[in-house]
Amino acid sequence: MDAVFQNLDLIRQGFTTTITLTLLSAMGALVLGTLIAAMRVSPVPPLRWTGGFYVQVVRNTPLTVVFFFFVFGLPEVGIVVGFYPFAVMALTVYTASFVAEAVRSGINSVPVGQAEASRSVGMTFTQTLGVIVLPQALRSVIPPLASVFIALLKNTSIAFAFGVFEGTSASNVLINRFGSQVLQILLITALVYLALALLMSAAFGWLERAVAITR
Amino acid sequence: MTESRVGSNLAGLVVLDNVNKHFGELHVLRDIDMTVDRGEVVVVVGPSGSGKSTLCRTINRLEPIDSGTIWLDGQPLPEEGNALAKLRAEVGMVFQSFNLFAHKTVLENVTLGPIKVKGLKKPEAEKAAMELLERVGVANQAPKYPAQLSGGQQQRVAIARALAMTPKVMLFDEPTSALDPEMINEVLDVMTALAHEGMTMIVITHEMGFARRAANRVVFMDAGRIVEESTPEEFFTHAQSPRAQDFLSKILTH
Ligand SMILES: Nc1ncnc2c1ncn2[C@@H]1O[C@H](COP(=O)(O)OP(=O)(O)OP(=O)(O)O)[C@@H](O)[C@H]1O
Ligand SMILES: [Mg+2]
Repeated sequence: MDAVFQNLDLIRQGFTTTITLTLLSAMGALVLGTLIAAMRVSPVPPLRWTGGFYVQVVRNTPLTVVFFFFVFGLPEVGIVVGFYPFAVMALTVYTASFVAEAVRSGINSVPVGQAEASRSVGMTFTQTLGVIVLPQALRSVIPPLASVFIALLKNTSIAFAFGVFEGTSASNVLINRFGSQVLQILLITALVYLALALLMSAAFGWLERAVAITR
Repeated sequence: MTESRVGSNLAGLVVLDNVNKHFGELHVLRDIDMTVDRGEVVVVVGPSGSGKSTLCRTINRLEPIDSGTIWLDGQPLPEEGNALAKLRAEVGMVFQSFNLFAHKTVLENVTLGPIKVKGLKKPEAEKAAMELLERVGVANQAPKYPAQLSGGQQQRVAIARALAMTPKVMLFDEPTSALDPEMINEVLDVMTALAHEGMTMIVITHEMGFARRAANRVVFMDAGRIVEESTPEEFFTHAQSPRAQDFLSKILTH
């Protein structure tokens, strides 16, 4: 245990990055994913196809390969922004495909008559989605979103392999330095991830109840 | 022929010209020609699956058509987009299953369109909405959510919601067939009053009492065609076509 307790700062530093990676990518994925879900239910066929194509392609690509695209692909075309922004982009793009599916199934859970009534009073597609459908979809979207974002939290550890110093990197440094305490170090690392995941579940549970009360 | 009909001042408020519509292989609307004049109340009847709802839904383009043209107040229905949204605001629609916005209060259901589409300020919209809710007899339910209301009350709110947009024409798709019998009249009374005030209405219903009281014309549909058109009295007592007679014998004995 000494290895861990003598290096709490290192661990804190690593997991702070894990948390910011998770939060930034979650926000990005929420915006991008909702946009893609909106495209998939839009009345304009090319938008529908683009949205569907995005989800099918990105969701079925290993996250590591998505990272490769950003970290090695973008510099090829002259875009170099550093490992951390690349990691946020890769995680955002990847997670957005799962968010889009969660949001789309939420949209489908709202009776079609709601959207028809909204269009009948003259509201546009965007208004119908934003004012009538998405608020009603929210409740059924929260539980699957919680799973998506917990997966995101764990997926941030892939950034370790692409030059970002985050929780798993911190753990790796300690393992290299204190070879005799590998198991303890790994156990603590897993516990921190678990604690963060539980915290996230609790936050989503609270959100779910809050949404239930306001209607 | 279509040009002259539309170009003249005598053109109907709603004109369907040779409208055809398929669902896959199924030919649901066949060569539909129909003109509804300003202030006219048309009741559409026909067997289940004859295309009544589809006809109604093409008029505000909730269903696109395959061929033919639909004019509203001299304008052909636009393609999907903001122009279509604008046009839909002028066509009130009342559904069999009410479709009130479940997450909005009764008052918000009625003010939403005027605020979001017509750009009214909230106080004006609320004032107008309360007057409409008063008119359909549910003003005291204004702060409640739709699920807390009876079916008859919900349908009257739905009528108020449509009226709040000051539509040129109101479409009703079986507005009373999801209601318990004791609630049917409260809705029909509102509709009858509306008809007598001069609202242009297209109503799918099998309520013959309403048709006799309020309609200028009954349109009988079968298998995607308009088979017969006449006054309510004439239709219900001396239907011409065998299909209409057969249909009437069925609804009269039930
Ligand atoms: N979205 C759809 N996709 C495929 N077929 C449809 C669709 N909507 C309606 N239909 C079919 O089109 C035909 C006409 O339907 P429509 O709802 O217009 O009939 P209706 O006269 O209103 O019947 P009802 O009295 O039962 O309401 C029916 O055979 C129906 O099954
Ligand atoms: Mg119908």
